[in-house]
Amino acid sequence: MACDQWLAKLDTYLDGELSAEEMKAFDAHVRTCPQCAAQALARVQMKRAVHSAGQRFAPDPAFKARILQQIAAQGAAPAKAAGRRSIWNLAWAFPVAALALLMITVLVTGLSDRRSQQQTIASELTDQHVATLASATPVDVVSTDRHTVKPWFQGKVPFTFNLPELQDTGFELIGGRVTYLDQVSGAHLIYRIRKHEISVFIFPEKSLPRNLPSNLPAQNAFHLVTFSEAGLRYYVLGDTNPTDLEALAALLRRAASS
Amino acid sequence: MTADLVQSGSFEQLALPLFDQLYNFAQWLTHDRSEAEDLVQETFTKALRGFSSYKQGTNFRAWMYRILRNTFLSSRTGLEATATTQLDLESASAPVPETVESETPESILIERSNHHLLQASLEELPVHFREILLLCEVEEMSYQEIAETLAVPIGTVMSRLSRARAALRDNVRGKLKRA
Repeated sequence: MACDQWLAKLDTYLDGELSAEEMKAFDAHVRTCPQCAAQALARVQMKRAVHSAGQRFAPDPAFKARILQQIAAQGAAPAKAAGRRSIWNLAWAFPVAALALLMITVLVTGLSDRRSQQQTIASELTDQHVATLASATPVDVVSTDRHTVKPWFQGKVPFTFNLPELQDTGFELIGGRVTYLDQVSGAHLIYRIRKHEISVFIFPEKSLPRNLPSNLPAQNAFHLVTFSEAGLRYYVLGDTNPTDLEALAALLRRAASS
Repeated sequence: MTADLVQSGSFEQLALPLFDQLYNFAQWLTHDRSEAEDLVQETFTKALRGFSSYKQGTNFRAWMYRILRNTFLSSRTGLEATATTQLDLESASAPVPETVESETPESILIERSNHHLLQASLEELPVHFREILLLCEVEEMSYQEIAETLAVPIGTVMSRLSRARAALRDNVRGKLKRA
């Protein structure tokens, strides 16, 4: 095939939209044809430049918060209406009381289960922290820029989150990777302070056990701080002193609520 | 928990991660912060209201972008933008393959790291070209997703994308000459 025929398909090739067979043939051609290789390189540069230039506008945080609040309010409206009806209808009183008794019994017997669940979470996150730092490539997105790390997770985890400005805090962002906890995908960020690495895990709150305390038991000299903000559960874990973890947690919480 | 609550929970889970990207797309379409905010607000309101018509398992991102785009096209700014766009974008003859140049607009652009020049070139494109480039290059949508978003066949996506890229290169080339 002549070069002009290959070039006619160049964009489709670079978009990854040719059939597997054509992609293979194109790969082989580009390796042997300097003219097509130069064109491919130029087009890739343009694609990257447009990708970067196109990410230009960010919503005003106040506007975003207002819309999120509206969505939550609209979504909750039917439940509130249902709740009002049930309060004024006394016929519900006995079944509700019976159900409440049953729930209390279940809750009391479930407390010990929850404690062991919390212990399991702490162990699992500590293992992930240690295994990640021991890896040759601990992070999949390497950047100290929160504006690079945050967008990298878009489409990879089913939520979005804000990261704090770290100037003059002593903390440094190293990068991030996608992680899993109990089959739920989440974000794993690595921060550093005074040569100590700290892991921050973020998961959707509703997928995890409820009512977790703000501090979970230490595992082999590691400390773990957890909190919930904007529907997300954050775990801040490391072998540095707990004050550092609390400070990073406070920064993350402020960013999450802004 | 009511069926309504289950559905709104799923909507939040699916839609909120798209918020920032949808806003970026909206401001590229409208060229105005306040109009972009109105557009995003209307998109989320319509999407939440019409979530029962969304088929689970189909492409939610394409569905949201389609709502935003249709809302934009029916707005005053959208009508003005499309009225000035060439109507027979797809019926024009296929673009002539470009001759190979040693110094391409891409290489000059990269060399000079001229972010603003590229943004200005994108801004000047007709809305049909601008939106398809953003969906492909910024949102990294597949041709199938773009076809679903724009409600056009895949062949149209390919030809429009090709023209949009050629138009962007022309714009960049023109600006580099004037610079």
